[in-house]
Amino acid sequence: MKTHEQFADDLALYALGELSGSDRQQLEEHLQSCAACRRELQALRGDMALLGLSSGGPQPPARSKERLMRAVAAEPRGVSAPQPPPRRGFWAALIPAFAALGLLLVALVLWRHNAALKDEVAELGNRNQDQTAQLERMNQELRLLTAPDAVHVSLNPQKAPRQPSGTAIYSPSQKRMMFMASNLAAPPTGKAYELWIIPANGAPVPAGVFKPDEHGYAVMMDHKMPEGVEAKAFAITLENEEGSDKPTSPILLMGTGE
Amino acid sequence: MEPIEDSPIRRGDAGDEMRLVARIRAGDQQAMSELYDRYSKVVYAVALRVLQDAAAAEDVLQDIFLQLWRNPDAFDASRGSLSAWLAVISRHRCIDRLRKRRPETDIEECVITGGPDLRDETERALVIEKVRGVLAEMNPDQRKVLELAFFQGLTHTEIADRTGEPLGTVKTRIRSGLQLLRTKFAG
Repeated sequence: MKTHEQFADDLALYALGELSGSDRQQLEEHLQSCAACRRELQALRGDMALLGLSSGGPQPPARSKERLMRAVAAEPRGVSAPQPPPRRGFWAALIPAFAALGLLLVALVLWRHNAALKDEVAELGNRNQDQTAQLERMNQELRLLTAPDAVHVSLNPQKAPRQPSGTAIYSPSQKRMMFMASNLAAPPTGKAYELWIIPANGAPVPAGVFKPDEHGYAVMMDHKMPEGVEAKAFAITLENEEGSDKPTSPILLMGTGE
Repeated sequence: MEPIEDSPIRRGDAGDEMRLVARIRAGDQQAMSELYDRYSKVVYAVALRVLQDAAAAEDVLQDIFLQLWRNPDAFDASRGSLSAWLAVISRHRCIDRLRKRRPETDIEECVITGGPDLRDETERALVIEKVRGVLAEMNPDQRKVLELAFFQGLTHTEIADRTGEPLGTVKTRIRSGLQLLRTKFAG
């Protein structure tokens, strides 16, 4: 079995998606219990992002956005934000002025309008074709889902490290908050997690010390918010179990309120 | 010990990104258009560099943004900056494509800390310039290994075969090269 230090090089290969076999399995097992390696993995991905951004290059072609937005429109979801009302009346008001320019100009406008309509018809035809194909795929999927003999099997990662997460709910008017977290690693002896309120201005304010249970869950119910603090974000660090006045270790979890 | 001032909390537009993603989650197509305008160039640049093929890069660009539209929960601000996340996801998708394999990285598992934070075109240009500066100062052998691993998706065994360096050296070069970027960028 490798030691913690021996995983250092493997972490970079894992971040690149190039670690396989027993090396990968061993690292994934180690990641489940080693918060330092999980943090280093996340930092290595940040380094990869920097490397990726050394690539300059042209803008993607305009047709690419049109293609995406067509695909997005073909898959509407939820409630769209209200669209601004269409502008109208401006060109209509100018029509008499255009008409005064004579029949020739009108004919030209009509000819161009006709060409635009032809393009639009062709475009609609293409879109219709795409949607028909998509409907057929959905029908096929529906037939499978509703088949009387369909067997549903859920597949889950067997060894994948579960990422810690937390949720803070707070009400500025009630000056109260609650906090829940899951998949937290057990803190070392003498240590505990500490919740911080990050105000819009000034230093982080301590908001409670807690330890997760044996399943990695932690809850702080109906906690009073410190007076006069406007929360911009919440963060978790590892501190001595009696709590600290200011964070002394790297942030493990962080979230910003909307 | 890490002072809190160096933490990702400093990222100025986390709230802005979260609002944009929240609007996408609510089905707002205009928000998707804004997201594309802001980040498509990052994804396309990485895809073009890896795939060396404009049509294939465009396909990856489409896939990534459409996937984000279908599953906006795959990203939330606690996973790092959206530009960093998109740059990494773009690289992974392109390498999967080069190797003709199914996506190896679950995008929901891709948590990032650090990395650049690109609010606008000026910020992007500055980041590109700075990263290129760091790469230019890097030992050429190390830079070559990073290039082969990141942009060409070669395994460390393939890189060792190509460069004639021992496997252990290649592995260490990849890790220390990435870490060097972090150090220089923080400094």
